[in-house]
Amino acid sequence: MKVLKIFIILFIVANFSELKSTEANDVLKNKILKNIRCLICQGQSVYDSESEFASSIKLIVDRKINEGLKEKQIYQFLREKYGDWVIFDPQLNKNTYVLWLLPLLLFLFGGAIIYKKIILNKNNKI
Amino acid sequence: MKNKFSLFIVVIFLSFCFVILYKGLNTTNNYTPKTNEKKNIPSFKTRDFYSNNYVNSDKIFEENIFYIVNIWASWCVPCRAEHPLLMQLSKNQSIKLIGLNYRDNFNNAKKFIDDFGNPYSKILIDKDGTLGVEFGAYGVPETFLIDKDKNIIKKFVGPINQEIVNEIKLIIK
Repeated sequence: MKVLKIFIILFIVANFSELKSTEANDVLKNKILKNIRCLICQGQSVYDSESEFASSIKLIVDRKINEGLKEKQIYQFLREKYGDWVIFDPQLNKNTYVLWLLPLLLFLFGGAIIYKKIILNKNNKI
Repeated sequence: MKNKFSLFIVVIFLSFCFVILYKGLNTTNNYTPKTNEKKNIPSFKTRDFYSNNYVNSDKIFEENIFYIVNIWASWCVPCRAEHPLLMQLSKNQSIKLIGLNYRDNFNNAKKFIDDFGNPYSKILIDKDGTLGVEFGAYGVPETFLIDKDKNIIKKFVGPINQEIVNEIKLIIK
Protein backbone atom coordinates (compact mmCIF):
# COMPACT_ATOMS: atom_id res chain seq x y z
CA MET A 1 0.00 0.00 0.00
CA LYS A 2 2.75 2.39 0.98
CA VAL A 3 4.58 1.65 -2.23
CA LEU A 4 1.46 2.46 -4.17
CA LYS A 5 1.06 5.77 -2.33
CA ILE A 6 4.63 6.74 -3.02
CA PHE A 7 4.18 5.75 -6.62
CA ILE A 8 1.07 7.90 -6.96
CA ILE A 9 2.79 10.89 -5.35
CA LEU A 10 5.78 10.48 -7.63
CA PHE A 11 3.46 10.24 -10.61
CA ILE A 12 1.68 13.47 -9.67
CA VAL A 13 4.92 15.30 -9.02
CA ALA A 14 6.28 14.13 -12.35
CA ASN A 15 3.15 15.38 -14.07
CA PHE A 16 3.37 18.74 -12.36
CA SER A 17 6.92 19.28 -13.46
CA GLU A 18 5.91 18.53 -17.01
CA LEU A 19 3.07 21.03 -16.74
CA LYS A 20 5.48 23.66 -15.52
CA SER A 21 7.93 23.10 -18.34
CA THR A 22 5.25 23.50 -21.02
CA GLU A 23 4.01 26.62 -19.25
CA ALA A 24 7.46 28.14 -19.42
CA ASN A 25 7.59 27.25 -23.10
CA ASP A 26 4.25 28.94 -23.70
CA VAL A 27 5.40 32.12 -22.02
CA LEU A 28 8.53 32.16 -24.17
CA LYS A 29 6.53 31.31 -27.28
CA ASN A 30 4.05 34.14 -26.72
CA LYS A 31 6.86 36.56 -26.03
CA ILE A 32 8.54 35.63 -29.31
CA LEU A 33 5.31 35.68 -31.32
CA LYS A 34 4.45 39.15 -30.06
CA ASN A 35 7.80 40.39 -31.36
CA ILE A 36 7.40 38.99 -34.89
CA ARG A 37 5.70 41.05 -37.52
CA CYS A 38 3.06 39.35 -39.65
CA LEU A 39 4.12 40.02 -43.24
CA ILE A 40 0.60 39.69 -44.65
CA CYS A 41 -1.03 42.15 -42.24
CA GLN A 42 1.96 44.29 -41.50
CA GLY A 43 0.75 46.35 -38.58
CA GLN A 44 0.02 43.23 -36.55
CA SER A 45 2.22 40.83 -34.72
CA VAL A 46 2.08 37.15 -35.53
CA TYR A 47 0.56 36.63 -32.08
CA ASP A 48 -2.47 38.78 -32.95
CA SER A 49 -2.86 37.65 -36.53
CA GLU A 50 -5.00 34.87 -37.94
CA SER A 51 -3.47 34.84 -41.41
CA GLU A 52 -2.00 31.70 -42.96
CA PHE A 53 1.48 33.12 -42.77
CA ALA A 54 1.03 33.81 -39.06
CA SER A 55 -0.24 30.32 -38.32
CA SER A 56 2.73 28.81 -40.15
CA ILE A 57 5.13 30.98 -38.16
CA LYS A 58 3.40 29.92 -34.95
CA LEU A 59 4.03 26.28 -35.86
CA ILE A 60 7.64 27.01 -36.79
CA VAL A 61 8.35 28.85 -33.54
CA ASP A 62 6.73 26.07 -31.55
CA ARG A 63 8.87 23.51 -33.34
CA LYS A 64 12.08 25.51 -32.88
CA ILE A 65 11.42 25.89 -29.15
CA ASN A 66 10.89 22.16 -28.84
CA GLU A 67 14.14 21.62 -30.72
CA GLY A 68 15.80 23.60 -27.94
CA LEU A 69 16.64 26.79 -29.82
CA LYS A 70 17.11 29.99 -27.82
CA GLU A 71 15.03 33.11 -28.40
CA LYS A 72 17.87 34.87 -30.24
CA GLN A 73 18.48 31.89 -32.52
CA ILE A 74 14.82 31.87 -33.54
CA TYR A 75 14.97 35.58 -34.37
CA GLN A 76 18.17 34.94 -36.31
CA PHE A 77 16.46 32.16 -38.27
CA LEU A 78 13.55 34.41 -39.23
CA ARG A 79 15.85 37.32 -39.97
CA GLU A 80 17.77 35.20 -42.44
CA LYS A 81 14.55 34.33 -44.23
CA TYR A 82 12.76 37.66 -44.23
CA GLY A 83 15.23 40.35 -43.19
CA ASP A 84 15.32 42.72 -40.21
CA TRP A 85 11.81 43.95 -40.93
CA VAL A 86 10.20 40.81 -39.55
CA ILE A 87 11.27 41.53 -35.96
CA PHE A 88 9.57 44.43 -34.18
CA ASP A 89 12.43 45.07 -31.77
CA PRO A 90 15.22 46.46 -33.95
CA GLN A 91 18.73 45.08 -33.51
CA LEU A 92 21.76 47.34 -33.19
CA ASN A 93 23.56 47.19 -36.53
CA LYS A 94 24.86 49.57 -39.15
CA ASN A 95 21.35 50.31 -40.40
CA THR A 96 20.02 51.17 -36.98
CA TYR A 97 22.87 53.13 -35.37
CA VAL A 98 21.01 56.40 -35.88
CA LEU A 99 17.82 54.94 -34.47
CA TRP A 100 19.52 53.71 -31.31
CA LEU A 101 22.09 56.42 -30.71
CA LEU A 102 20.24 59.59 -31.74
CA PRO A 103 18.02 59.74 -28.60
CA LEU A 104 21.09 59.27 -26.44
CA LEU A 105 22.96 62.03 -28.30
CA LEU A 106 19.97 64.38 -28.06
CA PHE A 107 19.68 63.63 -24.37
CA LEU A 108 23.35 64.42 -23.76
CA PHE A 109 23.16 67.55 -25.91
CA GLY A 110 20.05 68.83 -24.13
CA GLY A 111 21.58 67.99 -20.79
CA ALA A 112 24.68 69.95 -21.68
CA ILE A 113 22.60 73.00 -22.62
CA ILE A 114 20.60 72.86 -19.39
CA TYR A 115 23.74 72.38 -17.33
CA LYS A 116 25.41 75.33 -18.98
CA LYS A 117 22.36 77.55 -18.43
CA ILE A 118 22.20 76.69 -14.74
CA ILE A 119 25.89 77.29 -14.28
CA LEU A 120 25.65 80.59 -16.15
CA ASN A 121 22.64 81.71 -14.09
CA LYS A 122 24.46 80.92 -10.87
CA ASN A 123 27.50 82.84 -12.05
CA ASN A 124 25.31 85.81 -12.97
CA LYS A 125 23.67 85.84 -9.54
CA ILE A 126 27.02 85.96 -7.86
CA MET B 1 21.10 90.08 -32.72
CA LYS B 2 21.41 86.89 -30.71
CA ASN B 3 17.62 86.47 -30.69
CA LYS B 4 17.37 86.79 -34.44
CA PHE B 5 20.06 84.19 -34.90
CA SER B 6 18.35 81.61 -32.63
CA LEU B 7 15.01 82.25 -34.38
CA PHE B 8 16.74 81.59 -37.68
CA ILE B 9 18.16 78.30 -36.34
CA VAL B 10 14.74 77.21 -35.05
CA VAL B 11 13.05 77.97 -38.38
CA ILE B 12 15.70 76.04 -40.28
CA PHE B 13 15.39 73.09 -37.91
CA LEU B 14 11.58 73.00 -38.11
CA SER B 15 11.52 73.20 -41.89
CA PHE B 16 14.11 70.44 -42.02
CA CYS B 17 11.87 68.24 -39.82
CA PHE B 18 8.87 69.14 -41.95
CA VAL B 19 10.57 68.09 -45.18
CA ILE B 20 11.75 64.79 -43.66
CA LEU B 21 8.31 63.94 -42.29
CA TYR B 22 6.54 65.02 -45.47
CA LYS B 23 8.81 62.80 -47.54
CA GLY B 24 8.21 59.98 -45.08
CA LEU B 25 4.48 60.23 -45.74
CA ASN B 26 4.98 59.55 -49.43
CA THR B 27 7.22 56.50 -49.23
CA THR B 28 5.50 53.18 -48.57
CA ASN B 29 7.17 51.21 -45.87
CA ASN B 30 5.87 47.75 -46.70
CA TYR B 31 7.75 44.48 -46.68
CA THR B 32 9.52 44.03 -49.97
CA PRO B 33 11.42 40.75 -50.15
CA LYS B 34 14.94 40.73 -51.52
CA THR B 35 14.79 38.83 -54.77
CA ASN B 36 18.43 38.60 -55.74
CA GLU B 37 19.94 37.16 -52.61
CA LYS B 38 21.98 34.00 -52.87
CA LYS B 39 20.96 31.49 -50.26
CA ASN B 40 21.42 27.82 -49.66
CA ILE B 41 18.38 25.65 -50.10
CA PRO B 42 17.00 24.57 -46.74
CA SER B 43 17.25 20.93 -45.80
CA PHE B 44 13.88 19.48 -45.04
CA LYS B 45 11.80 16.34 -44.98
CA THR B 46 8.28 16.22 -46.28
CA ARG B 47 5.68 13.98 -47.86
CA ASP B 48 5.52 13.25 -51.56
CA PHE B 49 2.23 14.21 -53.20
CA TYR B 50 1.42 10.95 -54.96
CA SER B 51 3.11 8.25 -52.89
CA ASN B 52 2.63 10.03 -49.52
CA ASN B 53 6.05 8.75 -48.45
CA TYR B 54 8.59 10.93 -46.71
CA VAL B 55 11.25 12.38 -48.99
CA ASN B 56 14.47 14.11 -48.04
CA SER B 57 15.64 17.37 -49.62
CA ASP B 58 19.05 16.00 -50.69
CA LYS B 59 17.23 13.25 -52.58
CA ILE B 60 15.15 15.78 -54.49
CA PHE B 61 17.94 18.10 -55.63
CA GLU B 62 20.22 15.26 -56.65
CA GLU B 63 20.97 15.96 -60.29
CA ASN B 64 23.46 18.49 -61.54
CA ILE B 65 20.92 20.72 -63.29
CA PHE B 66 18.89 23.83 -62.57
CA TYR B 67 15.79 23.48 -60.45
CA ILE B 68 12.69 25.55 -60.00
CA VAL B 69 10.67 25.33 -56.84
CA ASN B 70 7.16 26.61 -57.39
CA ILE B 71 4.74 27.09 -54.51
CA TRP B 72 1.17 26.61 -55.65
CA ALA B 73 -2.30 25.70 -54.47
CA SER B 74 -5.50 24.80 -56.23
CA TRP B 75 -7.38 27.62 -54.45
CA CYS B 76 -4.90 30.23 -55.62
CA VAL B 77 -6.18 32.14 -58.64
CA PRO B 78 -2.86 33.59 -59.89
CA CYS B 79 -1.50 30.02 -59.90
CA ARG B 80 -3.93 29.24 -62.70
CA ALA B 81 -2.63 32.18 -64.70
CA GLU B 82 1.00 31.12 -64.42
CA HIS B 83 0.34 27.42 -65.03
CA PRO B 84 0.67 27.46 -68.87
CA LEU B 85 4.06 29.16 -68.48
CA LEU B 86 5.20 26.46 -66.08
CA MET B 87 4.09 23.87 -68.63
CA GLN B 88 6.20 25.69 -71.22
CA LEU B 89 9.23 25.74 -68.89
CA SER B 90 8.88 22.06 -68.06
CA LYS B 91 9.60 21.16 -71.71
CA ASN B 92 13.11 22.53 -71.23
CA GLN B 93 15.64 19.71 -70.71
CA SER B 94 18.09 21.62 -68.50
CA ILE B 95 15.63 22.41 -65.77
CA LYS B 96 13.44 20.44 -63.39
CA LEU B 97 10.34 21.79 -61.72
CA ILE B 98 9.46 20.91 -58.15
CA GLY B 99 5.96 21.77 -57.00
CA LEU B 100 5.20 22.69 -53.42
CA ASN B 101 1.52 22.15 -52.76
CA TYR B 102 0.77 24.82 -50.17
CA ARG B 103 -2.05 24.30 -47.62
CA ASP B 104 -4.26 22.39 -49.99
CA ASN B 105 -6.82 19.64 -50.10
CA PHE B 106 -5.45 16.57 -51.88
CA ASN B 107 -8.49 16.00 -54.10
CA ASN B 108 -8.68 19.62 -55.21
CA ALA B 109 -4.97 19.69 -55.94
CA LYS B 110 -5.19 16.45 -57.90
CA LYS B 111 -8.09 17.80 -59.93
CA PHE B 112 -6.09 20.95 -60.65
CA ILE B 113 -3.19 18.88 -61.99
CA ASP B 114 -5.49 16.57 -63.98
CA ASP B 115 -7.30 19.51 -65.57
CA PHE B 116 -4.36 21.76 -66.42
CA GLY B 117 -1.51 19.25 -66.82
CA ASN B 118 1.47 18.46 -64.64
CA PRO B 119 4.61 20.54 -65.22
CA TYR B 120 6.33 19.19 -62.12
CA SER B 121 8.76 16.31 -61.98
CA LYS B 122 7.94 16.01 -58.31
CA ILE B 123 5.25 17.46 -56.10
CA LEU B 124 5.76 17.88 -52.37
CA ILE B 125 3.11 18.50 -49.77
CA ASP B 126 3.31 21.53 -47.51
CA LYS B 127 0.27 20.93 -45.37
CA ASP B 128 0.88 23.53 -42.66
CA GLY B 129 2.91 26.07 -44.61
CA THR B 130 6.12 25.54 -42.64
CA LEU B 131 8.08 24.35 -45.66
CA GLY B 132 7.26 27.61 -47.42
CA VAL B 133 8.70 29.48 -44.44
CA GLU B 134 11.90 27.41 -44.71
CA PHE B 135 12.24 28.73 -48.25
CA GLY B 136 11.50 32.27 -47.11
CA ALA B 137 8.14 32.53 -48.85
CA TYR B 138 5.16 34.31 -47.37
CA GLY B 139 2.36 33.48 -49.75
CA VAL B 140 1.40 31.77 -52.98
CA PRO B 141 2.48 31.69 -55.73
CA GLU B 142 6.21 32.08 -55.31
CA THR B 143 8.92 30.68 -57.54
CA PHE B 144 12.55 29.98 -56.69
CA LEU B 145 15.31 29.41 -59.18
CA ILE B 146 18.02 27.08 -57.91
CA ASP B 147 21.38 26.76 -59.65
CA LYS B 148 23.70 23.78 -60.04
CA ASP B 149 25.48 24.55 -56.76
CA LYS B 150 22.13 24.21 -54.97
CA ASN B 151 21.76 27.88 -54.18
CA ILE B 152 18.57 29.84 -54.51
CA ILE B 153 19.71 32.50 -56.95
CA LYS B 154 16.41 34.19 -57.67
CA LYS B 155 13.01 34.51 -56.09
CA PHE B 156 9.87 35.58 -57.93
CA VAL B 157 7.02 36.70 -55.73
CA GLY B 158 3.63 36.41 -57.36
CA PRO B 159 2.72 34.71 -60.63
CA ILE B 160 5.47 34.43 -63.22
CA ASN B 161 4.96 36.04 -66.62
CA GLN B 162 6.52 35.70 -70.07
CA GLU B 163 9.25 38.17 -69.19
CA ILE B 164 10.32 36.11 -66.17
CA VAL B 165 10.23 32.92 -68.25
CA ASN B 166 12.56 34.54 -70.78
CA GLU B 167 14.84 35.64 -67.96
CA ILE B 168 14.94 32.13 -66.53
CA LYS B 169 15.69 30.66 -69.96
CA LEU B 170 18.54 33.13 -70.37
CA ILE B 171 20.05 32.14 -67.03
CA ILE B 172 19.85 28.39 -67.55
CA LYS B 173 21.34 28.50 -71.03
